[in-house]
Amino acid sequence: MYNFEFVKPSSVDEAVAALKDEDAQPLSGGQTLIPTLKQRLNQPSRLVSLLGIADLVGLSESGGEMTIKGATNHATVAAEAASSFPGLAALAGKIGDPAVRNRGTIGGSIANNDPSACYPAAAMACQATIVTNTREIAADDFFEGMFATALDEGEIVTAVRFPVPEASNYQKFEQPASRFPLTGVFVAKYADRVGVGVTGASNDGVFRWKEAEEALASNFSPDAISGLTVPADDMISDLHGSAEYRAHLVKVLTGRGVAAC
Amino acid sequence: MPKDGIGASTKRREDVRFLTGTGRYTDDINLGKQLYVHFLRADVAHARINGIDTSAAEGMPGVVRIFTAKDFEGVGGLPCGWQVTDKHGQPMQEPKHPIIAEGKIRHVGEIVAAVVAETLDQARDAAEAIMPDLEELPAVVDMKEAVREGATKVHDDLTSNLCYDWGFVEENKAAVDEAFEKAAHVTTLELVNNRLVANPMEPRVAVGDYAAHSDESTLYTTSQNPHVIRLLMGAFVLGIPEHKLRVVAPDVGGGFGTKIFHYAEEAFCTFAAKQLRRPVKWTSTRSEAFISDAHGRDHVSKIQIALDADNNFTALRTDTYANMGAYLSTFAPSVPTWLHGVLMAGNYRTPLIYVNVKAVFTNTVPVDAYRGAGRPEATYQLERCIDKCARELGVDPAELRRQNFITPDQFPYATPVAVEYDTGNYHATLDKALELADVAGFEARAEESKRTGKLRGLGIANYIEACGIAPSNLVGQLGARAGLYESATVRVNATGGVVVMTGSHSHGQGHETTFPQVIADMIGIDASQVEIVHGDTANTPMGMGTYGSRSLAVGGSAMFRAAEKVINKAKKIAAHLMEASEGDIELKDGQFTVAGTDKSVAWGDVTLAAYVPHNYPLDQIEPGLEETAFYDPANFTYPSGTYICEVEVDEGTGQVEVLSFTAADDFGNVVNPMIVEGQVHGGVAQGIGQALLENCAYDADGQLLSATYMDYAMPRAADLPMITVDHSCQTPCTHNPLGVKGCGEAGAIGAPPALVNAVLDALNRNGHAVDHIDMPLSPARVWSAMNA
Ligand SMILES: Cc1cc2nc3c(=O)[nH]c(=O)nc-3n(C[C@H](O)[C@H](O)[C@H](O)COP(=O)(O)OP(=O)(O)OC[C@H]3O[C@@H](n4cnc5c(N)ncnc54)[C@H](O)[C@@H]3O)c2cc1C
Repeated sequence: MYNFEFVKPSSVDEAVAALKDEDAQPLSGGQTLIPTLKQRLNQPSRLVSLLGIADLVGLSESGGEMTIKGATNHATVAAEAASSFPGLAALAGKIGDPAVRNRGTIGGSIANNDPSACYPAAAMACQATIVTNTREIAADDFFEGMFATALDEGEIVTAVRFPVPEASNYQKFEQPASRFPLTGVFVAKYADRVGVGVTGASNDGVFRWKEAEEALASNFSPDAISGLTVPADDMISDLHGSAEYRAHLVKVLTGRGVAAC
Repeated sequence: MPKDGIGASTKRREDVRFLTGTGRYTDDINLGKQLYVHFLRADVAHARINGIDTSAAEGMPGVVRIFTAKDFEGVGGLPCGWQVTDKHGQPMQEPKHPIIAEGKIRHVGEIVAAVVAETLDQARDAAEAIMPDLEELPAVVDMKEAVREGATKVHDDLTSNLCYDWGFVEENKAAVDEAFEKAAHVTTLELVNNRLVANPMEPRVAVGDYAAHSDESTLYTTSQNPHVIRLLMGAFVLGIPEHKLRVVAPDVGGGFGTKIFHYAEEAFCTFAAKQLRRPVKWTSTRSEAFISDAHGRDHVSKIQIALDADNNFTALRTDTYANMGAYLSTFAPSVPTWLHGVLMAGNYRTPLIYVNVKAVFTNTVPVDAYRGAGRPEATYQLERCIDKCARELGVDPAELRRQNFITPDQFPYATPVAVEYDTGNYHATLDKALELADVAGFEARAEESKRTGKLRGLGIANYIEACGIAPSNLVGQLGARAGLYESATVRVNATGGVVVMTGSHSHGQGHETTFPQVIADMIGIDASQVEIVHGDTANTPMGMGTYGSRSLAVGGSAMFRAAEKVINKAKKIAAHLMEASEGDIELKDGQFTVAGTDKSVAWGDVTLAAYVPHNYPLDQIEPGLEETAFYDPANFTYPSGTYICEVEVDEGTGQVEVLSFTAADDFGNVVNPMIVEGQVHGGVAQGIGQALLENCAYDADGQLLSATYMDYAMPRAADLPMITVDHSCQTPCTHNPLGVKGCGEAGAIGAPPALVNAVLDALNRNGHAVDHIDMPLSPARVWSAMNA
């Protein structure tokens, strides 16, 4: 780790001000950022912790929407969303291990946009809204490919707003080493539509499998997608699976997700 | 009856300190005025070093000195402990293995420069300012490419990348080939034994120290064999006589083979401490461990079995490419040869065997012994090939094995590959495993799985291993540059307590618990009266350390012999005290008695007399009660067993779930059943890790793709089934005094073929005609095989 300055403001405004410094960076649960610092892959001048901001923690529900504040950790989501949004609670409950879940946050996960992160799949399937200190961004516009988002320098994710589906399910197929999803599919069923968010599979990061969404909207059963194929062209190929394998998993997991809804 | 004697499942006494955080590991050792070293390691696999500019780094805060290869002129390379002779009678090619890369970088992770500074961060900062001038060369990664005519050479001064081409038994080759021509059936299988990273929980650490007043060097290190390190480093690298060099391996958090070898970092810290007159410490990060700890396995093999019309094995031949990596690690050449070729008979009567092994240099981390070392590679080939053979012939794989077993009446059995199995009963462990795994009920379970959409399979593997390494005169003939005896000093104190100084080293095996059980049994005192001292060359007799499941079989036998000497002397004292003849003295439950009388003296009375010799036969024997024995085994020991694994495969994803695992082992006599079972559990876990998860993969440029836990999959508790362990089939070893065979490696040897056989059974019985899948059987690989 290189040296850096550490500040822990108690309000979003103070945090935004502290982030004006050129190489300043927000620190949330640190589950992604701290390992990169330890490996000297990142050299921020200042870390601005978001964990002292009471206003950034907690879940609330109104008008069919669940709002999860940016610095809410995965364990909290797993516990508190369990009755009203069990699909998302289960997703949060399967991230990493207890230590990771009690530190890592939804804001950090969404802002980092790891191509294998779990939350982005749910955000896409549910067409969630990403709320920042300056604006609101639709999930479709927020995620811009591997590790890339619509966030500007110094912009903070303050909350994520999910329309709560009638039923939902997350199929996480784990990469054997990291236990991140090798491919993960979030299926969300609403009265008027179905969302299918896919993570871990594509070179372009998280995406919606729109063909499946359409097919499932009229017939919400695994059979509805049996005739579809997922093109392997833009899928990730690595040590753990080929592009073809990932494309295949997208379909299998979508079917299983639908069956489990 | 003594408390906690042989056969008691005594809880491990060492666990108290391990579990309460009071263990003392090498990294817990911090010496006054200690400096820290950070190694600048190569991030390319193959390059010429045209120069290294350290000038900017020299002036950075806290930097004490920067070392490069030129500081090691006149210092030896890391020695190789085994010389293999090739099939033409020529010695293997043996390149120099420098402490710091000389002229060329040959693998990612090799040390290019070393920065010694006041703090670790200062050393790291300065290392970033070092500018090596490198000319990148094409990397040699694939073994078969490496031995092609005209291939880039890893070592410019060698004739090729071929370390040796070994044929065994060369004289049998023609007869073997002839048997293949006459065979009614031949089964051929090509397979890879995947490269592994050992990953002990504790990464390596070295602290070098130098005492100017006595001109003595001390190395604290994470080693499985401190005496061997003292000998190799003192005599071959740094030129320090053994009486001026002390090596201490305190608590060591797992080794699995990778802490046997003498490493550059150990020599560096010892050397630098003397140069700088201050202690120098290195603690490996996990990332460094991946690119600097010797790796394991990495064989590419072709095996063929010939059978007659009655399904008897008539001949066997194998061709193996064994990766040595960029340099020869301490025992690397012996692993694919004398620990692999000689085990190729397995549990079977195959009369003719020929093994060819080509050891190859590549631009990868050196490869050496890892739990099982050579024996897993032999067993895997054999047990996979027999399984394929049974499928081809349409016969029961268990019965094909049974039919070809060496029968109990054939022991001692001389195999066609140079070793003589002293004892065994392979039918017994096979029957035991079939029963415990409820193989009879398998079909019903398979039907049940089908109903839930899963493919169920069952796999069997037998194994035999050569443990209790090893008779010195034999291994000497085979190329070992060391003896493989073991030693112990048994010191009895005046008040009767016993301290055993052993040359064996415990790094998880539980010696501190089991060794006292043996002494307790011999003398008839409680095990709590016995203390084990190990790991420090200053206070233990010359030992060869712990590996090859040798501790109890060889180290325990040395202790047994020393204790026998002690008891014999104590009997003389007792005879004197009771005015009886020595031949009439018996020792039982801590009491010396005179046969046929009611006379007795207690153990403690005799030990006290030995140290307070007022009434003592001083004209016949010396005072004191302390004896040393060196034990050189007459043969290897040959543990064996049958493993059965049951799996379910998810047809949609290729995911394998291990449902049950049964191990029926013959370890001979068992001193502590609980520890034996723990060893089997651990070995099976590592075997399942190799078979399902672990994959040390390089890309074509020699970059390690699986260089962190994000990509290198270790087995976790949730990946493992409950393991049924049985060790009731016991044919005691005939040539060591304890009748023990060793149990440390069995699990890692027998588990991979059992598991892979189970997966292939699941596929084949459900309509997927798949002959083989290379380990690890990741979901992607299983799925690809089903959908090829
Ligand atoms: C062992 C392990 C296993 C894991 N397994 C999984 C898994 O299975 N699935 C999964 O999805 N994730 C997994 N993770 C990642 C985990 O979910 C992280 O918590 C998450 O990716 C990042 O959240 P964080 O709060 O720790 O963010 P940090 O590490 O603090 O920050 C990550 C990045 O986001 C920025 N940032 C943080 N918060 C904000 C914000 N509110 N606004 C703007 N930028 C911000 C930071 O500057 C940094 O660049 C795992 C992590 C570990 C260590």
